[in-house]
Amino acid sequence: MAASGNTQRKAGFIPLTIVFVLFLLFLYGPTATIALLSFQGPSGGLTFPMNGVSLHWFRQLFETQQVGDFGGSLTRSLLLGFAVMFSTALFSLLAGLAYRRKFRGGGVLFYLALVSLILPSILISLGIGIMFDRLGLSPAWYSSALGAHLTWTLPFGLLIMFAVFNRFNKSYEAAAIDMGATAWQSFRLVVLPLILPSLIGVALFGFTLSYDEFARTLMTAGTFNTLPLEIYGMTTNVTSPVLYALGTLTTLFSFTLIGTALLAIWIVRRRRARNAPAAEA
Amino acid sequence: MRSFSFNPSYLQVTPLALVILLFLLFPVITIIIVSFWDYDAFQLLPDFIFDNYQFLLTSDVTLKAYLKTFFYALSTWAITLTLGFTIAYYLAFYIRSSLLQSILFILCTVPFLTSNIIRMISWIPLLGRNGLVNSALLELNLIDAPIEWLLYSDFAVVLAFVHLYTLFMVVPIFNSMMRIDRNLIEASIDAGASTLQTIFQVVVPLCKSGIAIGSIFVVTLVMGDFITVSLMSGGLSASVGVLIRNEISLLQYPAAAAGAVVLLITVLIMLSILFRFINIKKEL
Repeated sequence: MAASGNTQRKAGFIPLTIVFVLFLLFLYGPTATIALLSFQGPSGGLTFPMNGVSLHWFRQLFETQQVGDFGGSLTRSLLLGFAVMFSTALFSLLAGLAYRRKFRGGGVLFYLALVSLILPSILISLGIGIMFDRLGLSPAWYSSALGAHLTWTLPFGLLIMFAVFNRFNKSYEAAAIDMGATAWQSFRLVVLPLILPSLIGVALFGFTLSYDEFARTLMTAGTFNTLPLEIYGMTTNVTSPVLYALGTLTTLFSFTLIGTALLAIWIVRRRRARNAPAAEA
Repeated sequence: MRSFSFNPSYLQVTPLALVILLFLLFPVITIIIVSFWDYDAFQLLPDFIFDNYQFLLTSDVTLKAYLKTFFYALSTWAITLTLGFTIAYYLAFYIRSSLLQSILFILCTVPFLTSNIIRMISWIPLLGRNGLVNSALLELNLIDAPIEWLLYSDFAVVLAFVHLYTLFMVVPIFNSMMRIDRNLIEASIDAGASTLQTIFQVVVPLCKSGIAIGSIFVVTLVMGDFITVSLMSGGLSASVGVLIRNEISLLQYPAAAAGAVVLLITVLIMLSILFRFINIKKEL
């Protein structure tokens, strides 16, 4: 093995760091490439070289005749995303609380939730599509697509809640009850603040997974497209950098959301750290 | 004391149970029922026939699609496992500051929360005939003509799968690694094991369930995929998901349903093998 006398790092540090940096490049490089290409000049194409720099393709994006129904599909995707976010956060929290006690059917439901997570999404899409068709209901983003998305986001949220409550120190709650708090007070003032960072994480997952979901929406969105369906449609008939402009905008939007969520989690944690000494006094 | 007390858990779990019932169980049952139906060009005809399955299971196209899908699943699995394990190992054992560790971990996670379709599209300017890779290779005189198989090929499909799904390996394996008692690693080194021996005889066995969870995600995601295959192969390759998708667009729902049932059974068999290695509840 390599001499390790005065090297501070373990053997293999440098090659592994190189692998890691290459991995990050692999993850972000392509996205950065289309971000760059979306600023193509008006005569530029889908590949390099850049023919000047402009905001031409971003302006094109907002002209309806260029790209199908960008505004409408974006609105629907946002509303659907928020609906999925709220339902996922609330339902997972409730289910997480439920599983702190034993109840009949709990095991079966847990395994069904796991099945829901790993079932190929085309099955859910097809199943809900045919079910609505047979029931004479017309699928829509706010009904069938919402349900389809929840079959994917809820199990994720549930698993996160399981992890949270497994690590949860019950003595805080017991102390609150001993000091005369009602069950609601101990939940509202003790449990909820403690799990808030994880709940923000669940909400973030709920929104982004729904906002980007394609397969589950395919047969469940009904007449009007969501944004990913619109983008998929564009891949077959739009051959200009307007596609990249759209990709850059939605990716930027996702980054902003993730950043906001991380900031919120950080603020919650910091406020707690600052209040902790006061609470002990 | 009341002789009967209602367990509030039932109330709290109701929304989850309703979603599972309405949007998982009912649809799957619907698929199973419809897979035995007949159909013509205009409508579905309730029936109990095995024609859909008979056609499916005796067709060459199905066999080819399954072989193709298994090929994608196996190659993606092998690459994401190797890559994911390496990344997780680096994060867990080489990064000492926990702040830096969190930052690097988040850097790996963020792309997962952005659009898959956009991430696939973003390979086009790199891999295309006039893409960055080909231009660079031509510029360096390493090739005489652009390489055609970079985009719209099996290579592109597997590359996109690896790009999209390596994270599903990194997270559970990293999670398992963080629970390994560091003294075990030192003990192994002290006992004279080389780094590689330590990895394969200490770290890997202790990460078994993380590896299994990651494998479950990657295998099921690839087995059921249709969009990555159709986008990245340029419509030249047909996986099981693509076949189902084509039948859906032709409104041949019973045929699509039969395809979905067979896919479901295949995936369940693969999962039953993987699930032997883990106890999910212990992992959380």
